[in-house]
Amino acid sequence: MVIDCKHVWNNISGYLDGTLDPTVLQQVQKHLEHCGICSAILDSTRNILILTADERVFELPLGYSDRLHARLEAEIQGMSLSPDGG
Amino acid sequence: MTQTWQVRDEAQMIASILAGDSQQFHQLIRPYERSLYVMALSLLRNEADAEDAAQEACLKAYRNLASFRADSKFSTWLVSITLNVARNRLRRNQLTHMESLDIPPDEQGHVSPSLLRDWREVPSEVLERAEVRLILRKAIVALPEIYREVFLLRDVEELSIKETAETLGVSEASVKVRLHRARTMLQKTLAPELKNLVPQKGRWFPWL
Repeated sequence: MVIDCKHVWNNISGYLDGTLDPTVLQQVQKHLEHCGICSAILDSTRNILILTADERVFELPLGYSDRLHARLEAEIQGMSLSPDGG
Repeated sequence: MTQTWQVRDEAQMIASILAGDSQQFHQLIRPYERSLYVMALSLLRNEADAEDAAQEACLKAYRNLASFRADSKFSTWLVSITLNVARNRLRRNQLTHMESLDIPPDEQGHVSPSLLRDWREVPSEVLERAEVRLILRKAIVALPEIYREVFLLRDVEELSIKETAETLGVSEASVKVRLHRARTMLQKTLAPELKNLVPQKGRWFPWL
């Protein structure tokens, strides 16, 4: 069965995740072999996912971890003092 | 090659903490600090608020550790708490500022990708440029909330589809649909912008 471009676009996410069922996968692969536009959409999507997953995109504020653990430590100290413990 | 040093027995750590070794909680949350901040930031869109929400979520997790059920992953539970804290703050802010509430996007709506004739790989080195990082952050933050959450959990924090579904309390089918939309929306916005970052075919004149 020949499938059109829209059908491929609807399956790009599943294709990238490897969750397509074998029949659909085969149809998509076959289409990609001869369709430059769909191949470019797939390649650009994959490329964008690699870039957005990079840790540099969301940088942690300087000292974030230290402040988090300091606040947590204050909580732990506060809570471990039992009312009758001294 | 042995990797036993990397294996964390979180169930054991939690049991120790509940038995009185409270200090272990610091180690327990360490691998997830970054995720908590990113998830809070994606909702609150403000660094100081996101940091505060991540801290509040950790304190909540510590106080309520005894109620953690071992049938889910600790990380999933921790991220859910963070999302709840962030959502509550968001709701409070929206009420204060009388902003219009997000209208849930139509789950049936169709999103088309940006059409390209070819694609030249954009290498990760471009992320050294602050303006490129900003372009990516803006595109992610501009996604409607239900898509943004799924995208960040699955594609940025690299949770499985099942874990993403558990964290958000939605079905796996829903995660797949939302993820597909989020990825297509990002491709639609970002492909044309990123295309200009690398020389494209036919426009490369090395002798000039």
